Amino acid sequence: MDFKLSDEQRMLEETVGRLVRDGYPFDVREKARTSELGFSKEMWQQFAELGLLGVPFAEDFGGFNGGGPELMVVAEGFGRGLVLEPYLATVVLSGTLIDALGSDSQKESLISAIVGGEVRLALAAYEPEGRYDHTHVATTAEKSGDGYSLNGSKAVVLHGDSADKLVVIARTGGSTHERTGLSAFVVDASAEGVSRRGYETIDGLRAAEITFNNAAAELLGDEGSAIDALEKSLALGIVVLCAEATGAMEVACDQTLDYIKERQQFGVPIGKFQALQHRMVEMRMELEKARSMTILAACSLELDAPIRAKRVAAAKALIGKSGRKVAEEAIQLHGGMGMMEETPLSHYAKRIVMIDHQLGDLGYHMQQLETLLDVDEDAA
Amino acid sequence: MDINYTPEELAFRDEVRAFLDEKLPKDIASKVKNSQHLGKQDTVRWQKILNEKGWMALHWPKEHGGTGWSPIQKHIFEEECAEYGAPTVLPFGVNMVAPVIIKFGTEEQKQKYLPPILNSDVWWCQGYSEPGAGSDLAGLKTKAVREGDHYIVNGQKTWTTLGQHADWIFCLVRTDPNAKKQEGISFLLIDMQTPGITVRPLITLDGEHEVNEVFFDDVKVPVENLVGEENKGWTCAKYLLTFERTGIAGVGQSKAALKHLKEVASKVQQNGKPLIEDPLFRHRLADVEMELMALEMTNLRTVAAAQAGGVPGAESSFLKIMGTELRQEITDLFRRAAGPYAQPFLPESFEADYDGEMVGPDFANTVSAKYFNMRKLSIFGGSNEIQKNIIAKMILGL
Repeated sequence: MDFKLSDEQRMLEETVGRLVRDGYPFDVREKARTSELGFSKEMWQQFAELGLLGVPFAEDFGGFNGGGPELMVVAEGFGRGLVLEPYLATVVLSGTLIDALGSDSQKESLISAIVGGEVRLALAAYEPEGRYDHTHVATTAEKSGDGYSLNGSKAVVLHGDSADKLVVIARTGGSTHERTGLSAFVVDASAEGVSRRGYETIDGLRAAEITFNNAAAELLGDEGSAIDALEKSLALGIVVLCAEATGAMEVACDQTLDYIKERQQFGVPIGKFQALQHRMVEMRMELEKARSMTILAACSLELDAPIRAKRVAAAKALIGKSGRKVAEEAIQLHGGMGMMEETPLSHYAKRIVMIDHQLGDLGYHMQQLETLLDVDEDAA
Repeated sequence: MDINYTPEELAFRDEVRAFLDEKLPKDIASKVKNSQHLGKQDTVRWQKILNEKGWMALHWPKEHGGTGWSPIQKHIFEEECAEYGAPTVLPFGVNMVAPVIIKFGTEEQKQKYLPPILNSDVWWCQGYSEPGAGSDLAGLKTKAVREGDHYIVNGQKTWTTLGQHADWIFCLVRTDPNAKKQEGISFLLIDMQTPGITVRPLITLDGEHEVNEVFFDDVKVPVENLVGEENKGWTCAKYLLTFERTGIAGVGQSKAALKHLKEVASKVQQNGKPLIEDPLFRHRLADVEMELMALEMTNLRTVAAAQAGGVPGAESSFLKIMGTELRQEITDLFRRAAGPYAQPFLPESFEADYDGEMVGPDFANTVSAKYFNMRKLSIFGGSNEIQKNIIAKMILGL
């Protein structure tokens, strides 16, 4: 048992830490957030140059061959800086799915382009009626000439507004809730039959509602075989979200601690009041739990499906619960300043709370955990 | 980063398991698992078995008969003991007074007191709290006045756990009434047979006699029973409070209890179905399981940090709060699992040799008493609010 980072992981941590410290001050982030694209292309190129876009991919593609712990290190750093760029959408969700399912030539062209920063992707999996259920897929795919033709709608596709290509989950068989019959496709975002309504999310990111009307699509892997790879990519995405939340929660705790040491009322710093001290302690306790569960999930991705699913669900549920507490308390302890858009803390609070709405919330993952209650922890 | 045990750590766990399989008396384990009364004899019998193996003093240096184990080994041992239903080793001798004697005592004191602690021949209790000194421990008033070769002790201690069985008590006493609060305190060892000592039982809300009041009326204590310097007792007290406590999170106990709770909830019926299938109950079980996973990882992170040389200081306050809240939550779920049968109170049936009739399911018998008894967890050892004060001061710098 060893919680220390390896030399390579530590280098990754330092790289991301330096990037966020130097290249991501709040005003720079605000400029990128309010730009038309909603993030910085220049920053994306820096990610590519630093090798960050290759973390989960094989060295053949210019990657780092990393797994859960490596992506955790990167995402925690991103969480500290509230990074806006579509890393989760492109690298983690779409990229690893292509990597798992794609043919050699698909991987050769797409993964290399991701690693080089030449293409950005988004995963279009969830649907308007499906909430957080990734098996709720009504979108259909039918054979058409050499490829396929897609029809259906996808909901709140993270960074779907600006993606060059979309990875779409659609049915080649089975009925709306079945686990079988799910296939993954690559679709050119500007292709005929693809319509996108992009928008800003409350935490400053971008997403889109996307409709496919006889849109041309290229199959990844074999028909009907996407579910296992999809669930692996989603599990990895959850680890990345947990780590991002942990990084953001850490900053929210630090900023709140600084604030209550500084802010004077009744002639003393408000941090002298026990009522606030205990709440601050509770925030830190939630942060420690969040960090622990993120580590647990990140180190469990290679285990058998039931134990992996149990730990990942428990981690995401706990992040939802702890994140809400940290975000709400951070705003409360900041008083009126916590309500202000100009206060960086408010942006951290928004991101932390919205992470609960991505890839399954507290309620969804508690239900998952309840179905996995009999899975023995010691079997791991 | 690797959250799994190394092959050496796994081999050690196998060794512990083999020992527990062979040496832990079945009758004692059964009492622990069924929350029945453990007598002094049960505890002493088990502790002597541990000592025979050389596994009694986890935290002592090897030269004094300690195990010399690493923090991870101690963690594994404590977790396995909980899983097997081994009685908790009573901390007052081996984990409280002994480390103070080892650190601050004279050679004579070490030779006199340590061997009987190792072999559980002498039963120790703790004389810290007083009616007017709980969380504000330094407000204690029991005084010791030097007269020749003796101190004359007068005052009262309270919440003295298992003091009714004790041969010796270690006390914080005031030796300088004029010094500042923390500075006039000394650490004194007192033979419970000394004339002038009276032990009175305190009965807790679950009907148990676990704690006592101890009165001192002109008790003559030889000066050689002073540990460390006169008026430097607060240093000993603080050392004891920050002393390495790998088991403070109670992860093993909570894991064993949760496992038992799941078994029980699978048998009890509600609305024609096992209780474990009831959505609300199952949700609370899942919540406890999730919190327990987080606690276990946080505990392991602290243990690993200790292994790497960082001494767990105020971090153990986090573990104390999280661990005790979780154990209390589990006792609440046991009480709910029992349903209406949480009400009958038959303390005589808590004895292992009870052969009378039970009321309701067997497990339900002790759940409410245990629930109320376990309220103590967030009060003793520095209340959870005091732990938060410690974190606020030591970690957050508030």
